[in-house]
Amino acid sequence: MCTVCGCGEGETRIEGDEHVHADGTLHSHPHEHGHHHHEHGVGGDLDFGSGPAHAHAPGLSQSRMVRIEQDILAKNNAYAAENRRYFDERGIFALNLVSGPGSGKTALLIKTIELLKGKVAISVVEGDQQTSNDAERIRATGVPALQINTGKGCHLDGHMIGHALERLRPAEESLFLIENVGNLVCPAAFDLGEHHKVAILSVTEGEDKPLKYPDMFRAAEVMLLNKCDLLPYLDFDADLAEANARRVNPDLVIIRVSASSGDGLSVWLSWIEARLEAQRGKRSTTVDALKARIAELERQLAGK
Amino acid sequence: MHEMSLAEGMLQLVEEAARREKAQRVKTIVLEIGQLASVETSALEFCFAAVAAGGPASGARLVIVDVPGAGVCLACGRQLAMDSLFGVCPDCGSHRLQATAGTEMRVREMEVETGNTD
Repeated sequence: MCTVCGCGEGETRIEGDEHVHADGTLHSHPHEHGHHHHEHGVGGDLDFGSGPAHAHAPGLSQSRMVRIEQDILAKNNAYAAENRRYFDERGIFALNLVSGPGSGKTALLIKTIELLKGKVAISVVEGDQQTSNDAERIRATGVPALQINTGKGCHLDGHMIGHALERLRPAEESLFLIENVGNLVCPAAFDLGEHHKVAILSVTEGEDKPLKYPDMFRAAEVMLLNKCDLLPYLDFDADLAEANARRVNPDLVIIRVSASSGDGLSVWLSWIEARLEAQRGKRSTTVDALKARIAELERQLAGK
Repeated sequence: MHEMSLAEGMLQLVEEAARREKAQRVKTIVLEIGQLASVETSALEFCFAAVAAGGPASGARLVIVDVPGAGVCLACGRQLAMDSLFGVCPDCGSHRLQATAGTEMRVREMEVETGNTD
């Protein structure tokens, strides 16, 4: 990440955003570092875990050990926590949609938006390595969408979503949908501040995908099994796919859907609506608590 | 390839600490990488060498301490070693296993070289 503001290196592009640093630096590290071998000692060089690792020869060396004890993802997690606070303060319900490429994520998103936009304000962040095609498809439904191109990056991160929030300014008590980069590996590790990850698996993929990419299916709260209208034409065993997903994540909510036929979408929509309602409820509880506190303070002041 | 992002995150922690310690060079970085953290350590080393080039941590040696995976069965409470994020409890057969160790990705410490004034 960039050490100026912490954003991902060089290539990230937020649509319409001239995100250039004051010094104009692009962190381009041409790949000439190539294939020479660094003598990074993995195997048995030094075991700092179990010995007098802090000892080094006195005298010539002016080196010393410094304790760090920090999580590598600490920065990202801090940005994510900031985003989550933003959502919670405004009663916004945020979902992070993750899947491999070609699972029908965008089509499903469009269908979801079409069915919900009459009831709730929606805004969308689209993550892709290149092109703004997906954001354009979403905007065609009439809801605001922002494309983030990650360049070489394989996932969205908390900082990118923070910038997206500044740009999109989602309405209070609205639904905020993030379509992550099509990748079943990396987005699992990066919290964006969403309330839940929703994994999408389509029946044109393998039933064992949850076993092959367990991190993602473990991180998700819901799995949408998409393209179910194609089941009659395929050998795909939907029960086996569900069983595999539950082996990885026994608490996973699984909904069979089809973005093109619309089957199963009502279950998915009620899942969203129930949680959106709860999120709004939490906020009004907080607001009511604050109002009560203000009233109490005012009463105390008046009594003085 | 999120190892690139991890390498950048690592570099940020390392360079901040190097500035704080007024270090001229970072010689060694000790990482704790859990067995269940899905980090390809060779890719992480490769990426780190690329992003650290030109800075104080350029050429730093990475020492990776593997943290074994361990967990607990949420159904029967049995503690067990885990070598993947999911599995079956050998006692009760439940899949409800919760990892308690081995998911960490931390920079534990580093060896820095300071100037002659040290």
